[in-house]
Amino acid sequence: MRWLWIDRFTAFNSKHSATAVKNLSRADDLFRDHFPGYPVMPGSLILEGLAQTGGILVGEANDFKEKVVLAKISNARFEREALAGEQLTYHAEIVDLRPEGATIQGTVKAGDDLVARAEIMFAHLDQARSAQTFGDQNFVFSGDLRKLLGLAKLVK
Amino acid sequence: MPSREDIYGKVVGILVDSLNVDEDEVKPTSTLQGDLGAESIDFLDIVFRLERGFNIKIPRGELFPESIFQGDPEFVQNGKVTPKGLAELRAKLPFADVEKFAADPQVTKVSDLFTVDMITKYVEGKLKEGAS
Repeated sequence: MRWLWIDRFTAFNSKHSATAVKNLSRADDLFRDHFPGYPVMPGSLILEGLAQTGGILVGEANDFKEKVVLAKISNARFEREALAGEQLTYHAEIVDLRPEGATIQGTVKAGDDLVARAEIMFAHLDQARSAQTFGDQNFVFSGDLRKLLGLAKLVK
Repeated sequence: MPSREDIYGKVVGILVDSLNVDEDEVKPTSTLQGDLGAESIDFLDIVFRLERGFNIKIPRGELFPESIFQGDPEFVQNGKVTPKGLAELRAKLPFADVEKFAADPQVTKVSDLFTVDMITKYVEGKLKEGAS
């Protein structure tokens, strides 16, 4: 899987908060089409980066045993555009952590500028839907997402 | 112990945030699914917000049971909830208006038991429990 929309964690406070950065490079494929001559980061992918930051924070809280899936985004607000060449800083704080899932409050900044903020709710797949089981293998945290935490330690 | 009106006002605020509805759309008799458009994941979100907002603990399945009848023919026959099923509803959802539902107990209308008023009564009960 190469669906990674954060580059590196810069801070990780287990069960509380996490900060990650994403460098927006003009060389990224997406800027070829979004948009020609005006390389602006799509809002949906900004939210994906925030969801990955928060999702790993929530997953780590239970030692990656739960299948953490994005369940709901409430009140996302976009304050300004983010362009190629900028570095986005994602910050997620857990406001609720329960057996069935978790909620985070997140902000996205470029330097000191607020780019977006959102509240994201995650469900623990097996806990939130007891009638269904999704098997033993944790397909959410199978590879790249977990390696990101390892990378954070390496750089420090 | 806050008054019923205070609790109701706060419940409305929580539903406005969770379901993205306008405050004037929310009435005591509004049903969560039918009138306010709640989906399954919203129920989990509402439980989270009620716990945070009122500082109460809501055991899983107590406010929104995942499955009440589980296809049991003793509880449901020909699409209608049986007297035994109604007794089960009264036991599991003591804060819901089961009597109103009993007048026309079609199983497809079970979701109409989940109203703003029902949540308010549930929270009121929880707060009383905590205060005693």
